[in-house]
Amino acid sequence: MKNFIGAIAIILLWNACKFNGDHKTLPILGKKQAVTKTVDGKTTTDTVYQTIPAFKYINQYGDSITDKRLDGNIYVADFFFTTCPSICPVMHRNMLNVYNAFKDTTGFKIISYSIDPQHDSVPVLKKYADKLGIAGNTWWLLQGTKNETYQLAKNYLVSVQEKNPAGEYIHDGYFILIDKQKRIRGTYEGTDPKEVNRLIDDIKTLKAEPGETKVQ
Amino acid sequence: MKLRAASAIGFILLSLVTVIFVSCQSDAEVEFQRYYSNGGAIYQARCQNCHGAHGEGLQALIPPLNDTTYIKTNKPALACYIKNGMKGKIVILSRHFEGEMPASDLAPVELASVLSYISNSFGNKLGIVKSEQVEENLKGCK
Repeated sequence: MKNFIGAIAIILLWNACKFNGDHKTLPILGKKQAVTKTVDGKTTTDTVYQTIPAFKYINQYGDSITDKRLDGNIYVADFFFTTCPSICPVMHRNMLNVYNAFKDTTGFKIISYSIDPQHDSVPVLKKYADKLGIAGNTWWLLQGTKNETYQLAKNYLVSVQEKNPAGEYIHDGYFILIDKQKRIRGTYEGTDPKEVNRLIDDIKTLKAEPGETKVQ
Repeated sequence: MKLRAASAIGFILLSLVTVIFVSCQSDAEVEFQRYYSNGGAIYQARCQNCHGAHGEGLQALIPPLNDTTYIKTNKPALACYIKNGMKGKIVILSRHFEGEMPASDLAPVELASVLSYISNSFGNKLGIVKSEQVEENLKGCK
């Protein structure tokens, strides 16, 4: 019996150690390119990952928001519109959980791009934010131009389309996790609470990532 | 030993009674279950995204369905609201809402099912809403 308990203790300890020593790292998604450079006669090959390109929008406070404002931040992006009757309410019900988990964290942001900028003006976005119960500068709702947003969505691996004949926008409900180097580190089905819990865990993992320094 | 036999017999009797009770559910109950479970499926497909799995709504954007007083007082109008949509200001649990709920293409029997579900979920307990009643209510839509 003693031996048996001893064996169990050893197995438990070993598993505990293994668990603690095992750091989870998030994958880097999107297109990859091998770039070969020659510096001081030495040839090195680096992998260059897809990053989010420059953009310029206006947030719900009427402030100009460019990609520069996100330098050094981890952020989550999604695409929505305020009059969306289908998946947006459930997406933002779930995004509120992300907001509540990290709203007091510096270096973290949520960016919701409107895909209906004609309707979603600054006052409309502000009213939506108020009704959603969000304040401060953790979660920005952005108005830009339709073209820019549709092009930008592709860089986030998200598909958005023009209104269909029934007058509805067809768009993905993904939440995209972006690291400090503007690389894509995760995509999550924003309508599924389980996926959104995974996102919350992954944000913690990404915040703890040792290599998370700004590279220019 | 006697006690054990007695309790075994007791258990068997109790099981029998339960089985008989369940299988003898009244027609009314069976009908309610049919409406309620169909209604649950319609709710999930057509209402839940906005109103939530627990009828909780969404902050100040989308009204909840768990205000039992509102559901009770407005019961005859609910079929109209779901069918024709809703626009304008309403007050639920002393919270103000304004916005637009889109109209739906639900048939009277579907409206009855989803209303049976809503008015017997999220704290509401108002009994079955039948198709005939919905058709009657729809005549009074404003």
